[in-house]
Amino acid sequence: MTDSLLAISNLVKHFGGVHATDDVSLDVREGEIHALIGPNGAGKTTLIGQIIGELTPDAGSILFNTERFNDLPVPARVSRGLARTFQITQLLREETALANVALAIQVRQGHSFSFFRDARKDPSLIEPALKILGDAGLSQRAHVEVAELSHGEHKQLELALALATQPKLLLLDEPMAGLGAAESREMTEALLALKGRVTMLLVEHDMEAVFALADRISVLVYGRIIATGTSAEIQANAEVRAAYLGEGDA
Amino acid sequence: MAKPVAPRKEARDPLRMVTLVAVLVLLAALPFGAQLFELGALTSFATRIVILAIAAASLNLILGYGGLVSFGHAAFYGVGGYVVGILYAHARWNAPIWGFIPGVTDMAITLPLAIVICGLLALVLGAISLRTSGVQFIMITLAFAQMIFFLFVSLKAYGGDDGLSVRRRNDFFGFDVRDDLSFYYIALGFAVLWFWFMARLVNSRFGLVLRGIRQSERRMATIGVSTYRYKLAAYVIAGMGAGLSGALMANYAKFVSPDMLNWMQSGELMIMVILGGVGTLTGPAIGAAVLLTLESVLAAWTEHWAVILGPLLVLVVLFWRGGLNGLIALLRGGRRD
Amino acid sequence: MSLVIEQILNGIQLGVALFLLAAGLTLIFGIMGVINLAHGSLYMTGAFAMAWATSKTGSFWLGVPYGLAAAAIAGILVELLVVRRLYARDHLEQVLATYGLILFFNQMATIIFGRQPLLLAPPDALSGFVTILPGIQYPVYRFAIIVAGLVVALGLYLLIARTRIGMLVRAGATHREMVRALGVDIRLLYTFVFGLGALLAGFAGVMAGPLYGVTAGMGEQILILTFVVVVIGGVGSIRGAFYGALLVGIVDTMLRAFMPGLLRTFMAGQEADALGGGIGSMGVYFLMALVLALKPKGLFPAHG
Repeated sequence: MTDSLLAISNLVKHFGGVHATDDVSLDVREGEIHALIGPNGAGKTTLIGQIIGELTPDAGSILFNTERFNDLPVPARVSRGLARTFQITQLLREETALANVALAIQVRQGHSFSFFRDARKDPSLIEPALKILGDAGLSQRAHVEVAELSHGEHKQLELALALATQPKLLLLDEPMAGLGAAESREMTEALLALKGRVTMLLVEHDMEAVFALADRISVLVYGRIIATGTSAEIQANAEVRAAYLGEGDA
Repeated sequence: MAKPVAPRKEARDPLRMVTLVAVLVLLAALPFGAQLFELGALTSFATRIVILAIAAASLNLILGYGGLVSFGHAAFYGVGGYVVGILYAHARWNAPIWGFIPGVTDMAITLPLAIVICGLLALVLGAISLRTSGVQFIMITLAFAQMIFFLFVSLKAYGGDDGLSVRRRNDFFGFDVRDDLSFYYIALGFAVLWFWFMARLVNSRFGLVLRGIRQSERRMATIGVSTYRYKLAAYVIAGMGAGLSGALMANYAKFVSPDMLNWMQSGELMIMVILGGVGTLTGPAIGAAVLLTLESVLAAWTEHWAVILGPLLVLVVLFWRGGLNGLIALLRGGRRD
Repeated sequence: MSLVIEQILNGIQLGVALFLLAAGLTLIFGIMGVINLAHGSLYMTGAFAMAWATSKTGSFWLGVPYGLAAAAIAGILVELLVVRRLYARDHLEQVLATYGLILFFNQMATIIFGRQPLLLAPPDALSGFVTILPGIQYPVYRFAIIVAGLVVALGLYLLIARTRIGMLVRAGATHREMVRALGVDIRLLYTFVFGLGALLAGFAGVMAGPLYGVTAGMGEQILILTFVVVVIGGVGSIRGAFYGALLVGIVDTMLRAFMPGLLRTFMAGQEADALGGGIGSMGVYFLMALVLALKPKGLFPAHG
């Protein structure tokens, strides 16, 4: 267990009578891309919410780098090396792409209780922000307001914002959702380029991308993990085929 | 939940600078114009606008830039006024407060004191109120302001319902404060300073975080911002600005009363902010000028001016988004968003 | 002892009135997402219409339906003309538009009825005193308010818990889309809920008339107290509004009644009365701060 960066054990979360997370145990190893797949409503986003701290689990534990995370607020988890992207993008819509990323870098640099100096032209923020936008493939669109960017660009900016916090573990909530084939391939390339540098927990429906990226795959159905293994093992798993892959397996 | 209207981009064109300088020159020259055209009341009218613009600008910081719809800003405005009133009263009675704090009649002390006390009050009330958000925040800020209102109504030693007179304005570095003209320039000076501070603040690191919180508090948390303390800091700064404004108003009007703390006063400050354009730097000043002008024009016409102002306000909200600044941007061919 | 019981009853009576207002306010917010500052104006409308009709007809009992109808009609007009356009807007705009309505309503009341409060006597059938416990007398009118208020509260509970329209109201708060999918005209439902809230506010206003007199601005005094109730009870929760209203009514009444006396034991009479009155008025706000410090979403949060 020494190499697991994130260790979730026996996690439970109810909403009313619904078990959104039902005794989930999962570990994500340093350096791997761990994909989390499952049908809609299986509780994938709920799980991400509990890992980042937006939701509080009813039982079980979340360990990150062996530190218990259950009761830490979101910003404290982020400063310890967690980051997430949102399936439904959460961006500062009135700012430019550059300003979004620069703000994330500003926050990483320390507190923002500086009341007087103009932060919009601070080179210590602008330069690294431009570099990260380049990594995410948004160099050309740095000065465009978020509201004017396309859906695919919003997804790229989500990734850029998460990277700007310099995470050890990146929680990706359906980064390909709503993307065209070409955009999906670009996103896959971008994530492949990060592989090894950043550990990732990837929630995704695009199986082509999952098989291309993931070292290991866990399958979540009705709040329970029914299998974990390599893509070959998962594809061969009868229970998984019955519960999930069977539907769309051509 | 929907957030307040977007702040408009401040254009950095030279025209903007020219306009700014021109407006400042006009404001400085206003009393002379008033004398020239024998509009004696204009200077004192402008003084009230300038003072209230400070309070409106401070409200705009939390409401327009921070997205915190506070309906209790009059609490800080009124308490700022009462700091001046109470210190003056004790100086006149020659009786220290609680036997050891002497009364003061010097603005060099009363204004900073009003600012500090209102900042502390905002710290306490904000710390509780900011545990909530949305509609609860609106209700709780209103309720706390009402609590302060009742407190001062019950303080019979300081006049209760009737309020306190400040028979002589506080001294200010040898200026002739009894002269309305000098007082206009003092108030204008403070307003310019406060607006300049606001202009710096909203583009500082702190300001960018605050604006980010309005656009997506969830995003700000996931890039690592503990949003609560930034909102609280903004709330405190806003309280301080309102305190300054109230302290100036107490000096100007030579009178403080619970009316300054009334919830209608909070409502008027909000109207100023929205009339001028939420989340714009100059909006609150424009809003203050428009509302006070509107009120006095309507009041000259009928004592029942509220019956016109009310529906007008409804129409502004329903059909005229972005306030006057939005209209100006529209006329200049700018984009409305 | 009899004084304490009497004050507790007064507290319940205030609580019942607060509940009628808070229920409407919290329903309107819970279902339509609108904060309606003009709710107090509907209360005032009910009171004025009732006072006017009573003076014209000479009968309290004929005045009551006038008051209720006026409040409901005013509420429906407000919904159709203004509030309907605010559902998709943010809270700031809702606050400002409904604030504009308050200015209008209060000034109209002043124009029509003047600045002097209209005073009303309770009807003969409800005047005098009733013996509640041996040796304890209580005004019949106030007692009737308590009973009427509790009956309305029960009726509201049955309406929401047991009827089809109540089911839609409950579903409307949580699953707007589902209600739409059921083929219900959501706009009609909203107008109904707003009208119901106005009717409840008008009922509170009608009952308050003989107790406090009818004046422009009466709505706002009680509106702010209603906000305290809603925040304490939990926004959107009818149950919270009920318990919150009783709590606020009793605490407010008791503090106002007994604080001056308590203070008089260690300070001068006049000072004690003033300060005691002040602390009495502030008490419920402290209560609110305390509740929020412990439970930020109120005592009975509506969802989750």
